[in-house]
Amino acid sequence: MTLTGAQILWESLLREGVTDVFGYPGGAILPAYDAMLGYPIRHILVRHEQGATHMADGYARASGRVGVAIATSGPGSTNMVTGIATAMMDSSPIVCITGQVGSRLIGSDAFQETDITGITLPITKHNYLVTSAADVAPSVREAFAIARSGRPGPVLLDITKDAQQASCEVDWDAAEPHLTEAQDDALPGDGDHRDAIALINGAERPLILAGHGVMLSGAEQEVIALAERARIPMAVTLLGIGGVPANHPLNLGMMGMHGEAWVNTAIQEADLLIALGMRFDDRVTGNLKTYALGARKIHVDIDRAELNKNVRVDVAIASDLRSALTEWLRHVTPTDRSAWLTHIDSLKGDSAVRDIQNLPDDGHLYAAHVINDLWRLTAGNALVVTDVGQHQMWEAQYYKHQRPRSLITSGGLGTMGFALPAAIGAKVACPDAEVWVVAGDGGFQMTMPELATIVQEGLDVNIAIINNGYLGMVRQWQEFFYERRYAATPISGPDFVKLAEAFGLWGRAVDRRADVADAVNTARRQARAALIDFRVEQEDTVYPMVPAGADLHKMIRRPSPIVETAAD
Amino acid sequence: MLQTFAIYVENKPGVLNRVASLFRRRAFNIESLTVGHTEHPGVSRMTVVVDTDEYGARRLEANLYKLVPVQRVDNITAVPSIARDLALIKVAAIGDARTHVMQLVDVYRARIVDVSPESLVIETTGTEDKIDSLVEVLRPYGVIEMVRTGRVAMARGAVPARRGADGSRLAAAAEGPDRGDVSGDAV
Repeated sequence: MTLTGAQILWESLLREGVTDVFGYPGGAILPAYDAMLGYPIRHILVRHEQGATHMADGYARASGRVGVAIATSGPGSTNMVTGIATAMMDSSPIVCITGQVGSRLIGSDAFQETDITGITLPITKHNYLVTSAADVAPSVREAFAIARSGRPGPVLLDITKDAQQASCEVDWDAAEPHLTEAQDDALPGDGDHRDAIALINGAERPLILAGHGVMLSGAEQEVIALAERARIPMAVTLLGIGGVPANHPLNLGMMGMHGEAWVNTAIQEADLLIALGMRFDDRVTGNLKTYALGARKIHVDIDRAELNKNVRVDVAIASDLRSALTEWLRHVTPTDRSAWLTHIDSLKGDSAVRDIQNLPDDGHLYAAHVINDLWRLTAGNALVVTDVGQHQMWEAQYYKHQRPRSLITSGGLGTMGFALPAAIGAKVACPDAEVWVVAGDGGFQMTMPELATIVQEGLDVNIAIINNGYLGMVRQWQEFFYERRYAATPISGPDFVKLAEAFGLWGRAVDRRADVADAVNTARRQARAALIDFRVEQEDTVYPMVPAGADLHKMIRRPSPIVETAAD
Repeated sequence: MLQTFAIYVENKPGVLNRVASLFRRRAFNIESLTVGHTEHPGVSRMTVVVDTDEYGARRLEANLYKLVPVQRVDNITAVPSIARDLALIKVAAIGDARTHVMQLVDVYRARIVDVSPESLVIETTGTEDKIDSLVEVLRPYGVIEMVRTGRVAMARGAVPARRGADGSRLAAAAEGPDRGDVSGDAV
């Protein structure tokens, strides 16, 4: 069969199971776009290539399938850099396809030429410069295999215009990836498992730290089985939220900088940390010199390079999490750990659950209220995509996620502007899901042209803007650490309701607690996308907080008069 | 301490950049890096010397394995091995000095590979210590120009080097179907 490189590209994508791509055309990718019309793949036209990468990322995180973004050379490709770095940090499998100038022009500073493989080298798992039609099929095969395998991540394919235009015979079987053994999943030693099991069975105060890897490995049931069998409490990372149901009695909640105080205290008091598919990020450990000093540590991660990187551990296992846990579950003995669990309960004290519903309405609209209401009104069933900042932390604290992949957020890179495009990708991947964007007024303004993408594609995505007129998290740091000198953090914005209407969305502004429910319910009833501008308290603060680099147990606690009552 | 890695990579464009970029990205300083063909077509071997501790070495090795064109990484620091450096040294050598320099070349079992009225070019191979020492004794005569390859290293004995510390990787490597192309005939 003789096909052009462009046709081989689409045929290869079909063979990888691709049904949707997010992209923006341009000169060097035109042959591919022309050929696209002959293939049954949905193309979502974005408004900026950064949006395409975040959409592919949101698509991948919502569905577990590889997301695909496509752009032209030069600025098209450089606009993808932030999205690629975001996917890299959060282990999200995406394949980015960029056009490149003709192979004979490479190195000549031709129009819209840029060295995108060089630029993205440190932020991709791997990348390819494809200069002949014959290389297209094998490169696509390898790219998808690499993006999916081991610790998932982004792969970029830079395909020259002449490679898209040239024709060649295709032998699909010969395109089988020839990845070396080093690329395959790492194999742990059996001894490591025995050591881990012995530590678990012998621990008095063990704690499971569950990360994103729980979901990437599909090990949700195994983690819960381990916790239940051995009566081990669990704490989750930001990206681990949803891997274990929020209401599971052994799930303590989120750890780290804005984690619950009792979770961080429990980490510091544990005698064994069982870290599963997490990477001891500085935002979850605080000061490494004082981190969990009394605890032995077991670390399971599929990425060998994460083991003993930030925290030195007693047992390091490079393995797929699910297979490791399956092995452990055969040998872990049921153990009574009620003393430890009772102790953690006592740590919760009167801040066990901040039942903010019971706070008197003092005329102010608090972001936490809005998010808690959103949780109740959607019965906890929404797929929430957040941006980065205060609202992100409040979402993590006040929206109780029961299901895996029901929270999508930029954790590692902390990419403002992520939410709206990532939510579009999530909605395309899961058309039946109720998708909510929760974004601040700052981050939302970074990628808001994608509202047009929502409308053009007829997507029903709901948007909650937590609008406090500040770059809130930065303002909070200025409040705590820079003597309230609010340098460049007050931010204005458009009339978001008019903006929504101008784009063709339904919109409403809310500035009273009493109006939250009606706005959310009305938005949910709309057959089209809806935007609610929640005008919240301007100088509100996310508590508790471990200042960057501080000891994990030395949190800035929530001051009175904001009362915390035990309930739920 | 100085750690020596033997890294087998696919001989493809940009591989050197990928490896070097990893060292930069992860904040490791390369003391020396050499690269050349191996006995297997399509496979190049790098010898990289890095100043780091045992944990750093492990982390570096794990990260190197994440590079797709990297086929095998051996930390041969603790393995009995031969390490050699090659140097070309151009020395000012006129009159009596020329005789002295030629005597030193004999003592160090180096060779003179170019002669001009004012200078000699000396070629020497050996450990870095030996070459450092030769350079020191030549320096008073006037070293005009010098070039060194950096360290190349190989484990002693019939079996190709393996990482010493982790047996599981060793076993996996020996059994891996795709390892034959780099692991040599002695495995």
